[in-house]
Amino acid sequence: MDFSVIASNWKFLLLQGLIGLGPFIGGTLRLAIPAILLGFALGIFVGLARLSSTRWVRAPATVYVEFFRGVPLVMVIFWIWFIIPQLLRLPIPEYGVALTAFVIFEAAYFGEIVRAGVQSVARGQVEAATALGMTGAKTMTYVVLPQALKNMVPSLVTQMIVLFKDTSLASIIGYVDLTKAAQIVNNREIKPFQIYIFIAVVYWLCTYSMSLFARRLERRAA
Amino acid sequence: MSYSFKWSVLWSGQSGHWLLQGLLTTLELSALAWLIAVALGILSGALRTVRFTPLRWAAVSYVEFFRNVPLLVWMFFWYFGVPPLLPRAVQDWLFNHGAEFWAGTLALGVYHGARMSEVIRSGIQSIPRTQFEASVAMGLTTFQAYRLIILPVALRLIVPPGTNESLNLLKNSSVALTISVAELTFQTRQIETYTARAIEALTAGTLIYLVLCLSIATIMARVERRFAIPGLIARVEPAG
Repeated sequence: MDFSVIASNWKFLLLQGLIGLGPFIGGTLRLAIPAILLGFALGIFVGLARLSSTRWVRAPATVYVEFFRGVPLVMVIFWIWFIIPQLLRLPIPEYGVALTAFVIFEAAYFGEIVRAGVQSVARGQVEAATALGMTGAKTMTYVVLPQALKNMVPSLVTQMIVLFKDTSLASIIGYVDLTKAAQIVNNREIKPFQIYIFIAVVYWLCTYSMSLFARRLERRAA
Repeated sequence: MSYSFKWSVLWSGQSGHWLLQGLLTTLELSALAWLIAVALGILSGALRTVRFTPLRWAAVSYVEFFRNVPLLVWMFFWYFGVPPLLPRAVQDWLFNHGAEFWAGTLALGVYHGARMSEVIRSGIQSIPRTQFEASVAMGLTTFQAYRLIILPVALRLIVPPGTNESLNLLKNSSVALTISVAELTFQTRQIETYTARAIEALTAGTLIYLVLCLSIATIMARVERRFAIPGLIARVEPAG
């Protein structure tokens, strides 16, 4: 089998598709990294809201999580794609649409991880912090969350890998990530087997190194 | 926001028919892919726990490669990449018999088989090793021990994570729209294109997915209670 198509196109695929340096606004990493950070940040609020003792905080968070976990991501991307221009009355670039969709969608999943993490912290820790005179917010920031974070590491990394793979769906609305770059190259070269196997290997190298890193992190944390 | 809703687009003209067709295609695609995923998942999940190294390695390679690459890439791979390698006659036959549906089914099934495999493996590994040793001591072969003792218990243990993963498969079937399988999300987009009523069309599609997922989850919660093994509090942690 002739793999010369990769030799002549790997620069475009990796620089434009994976990193985002090139004629198009794109890049898998340029979408995945902010989506992970913002999705996790929003997820902390969602997760804590799910555990709130106030019903008016807990109920909307529960609906939020159940809703987004029951709907395909593709559907959410289309929603944002149609709704944001309607709401703001101005065209939004694909990057903005994709990032918004990923953050909103993944926050539901990150929220569940945060909730499970917080619930895994022993009750006595909270009681001890209260006995020391700490306020609720201080207990959360200095006592509960640091310990919860340690317990969350495995599922957090799993979710990051899922999100990293999910960014390929941004190509549906025309964002030039690795998958879209492969489509562009394939339209010119018509070598689908070689091109898609190549990007499969690139995705695999990224996700596999993430899971290796996670395993090391777990060993150090344990 | 000044948007005047016109919900009647959902039942006037072709829309209702399209939604129903889409729902049926989604169910058909997911059901076939689910069968492939469960078969591959049980096979590779069981092989990952055996002593014989080459078989274990084959199963590990399958799982690690397929579940770590985006489903969308697999869709394109099975639809665009594989058919050109087949003989001309097979290609012609495929493209006259809904190649996109079969490629989509295969992509979804093989991808989720790798994810299902992790669920099944964690189920098998949560069964004490002594069960296996006892079965062998009773004179069962390894294959018999897996078929009669290990798998029946493991499958009952993994009902909750297995349900979760099956729902992921159902939701992920929407990715098949990229290779133009006329499933629910595809039909939703079609209604939007024909009526220019994005919000109404997306609402209909979203509600159908929500109702599907919630009802499967409710049914499976009952199944879970029915199949729970009394006295056993083994917790099976799904590994992504």
